[in-house]
Amino acid sequence: MIYSAADIPLWGALLVAFFLLVGAGLALVGAIGFLRLPNFYERLHPPTLSTSWGTGGIMTASILFFSLAGGRIVAHEILIGLFITITTPVTFMLLARAALHRDRFENNPDVPAKARLDDDTKDVPPKGP
Amino acid sequence: MSAIIIFTAVSLAQIMLMIAMAVASVRMFYGPRAQDRIIGLDALYVNAMLLLATFGIGTGRTVYFEASLVIGLLGFVATVALAKFLMRGEVIE
Repeated sequence: MIYSAADIPLWGALLVAFFLLVGAGLALVGAIGFLRLPNFYERLHPPTLSTSWGTGGIMTASILFFSLAGGRIVAHEILIGLFITITTPVTFMLLARAALHRDRFENNPDVPAKARLDDDTKDVPPKGP
Repeated sequence: MSAIIIFTAVSLAQIMLMIAMAVASVRMFYGPRAQDRIIGLDALYVNAMLLLATFGIGTGRTVYFEASLVIGLLGFVATVALAKFLMRGEVIE
């Protein structure tokens, strides 16, 4: 079934456009920050912009569009939002642990000062040369 | 009128998401270490998922919803497997 954009009222179109532009703009800002930040542990943060409000905005726009164009509530985009909200912290925690493990193993100076010795002393390698 | 508004917003959003995908793939190709490449891949698939959702709004079809759901699921599994590989050196042990 094809929904037509001409069926929805003007306020609905403005609302859909607003949420679309907010979501896409936040995704773009997150990508640019991801390119520009200097350190891996700082670079972990900007992509979460596109997984939090980027996904939220675009999925809200999609729900509004299909609900207004179809005349009934179509809310299956909540599935994607819920799924992304649950999985992003898991993946980034796993990645940060893996990167921390590698950096400690190589005695890399990029490791944040607080993460050097405080937690997880069992992962700390023996002192190298 | 509302069709024009939605068409303009969808076009702008698609351009922004394409630039975001290009930036993420730049980081994926030039990232200094393996973890940067993995997180670039993660950002790339999230933006591709959002781009498919905007295609769905632009064309008015609900088919694109399933495609973006599948991309989200498989991208999560891929990123977790790659992070596990970085941590241990093998995926299934």
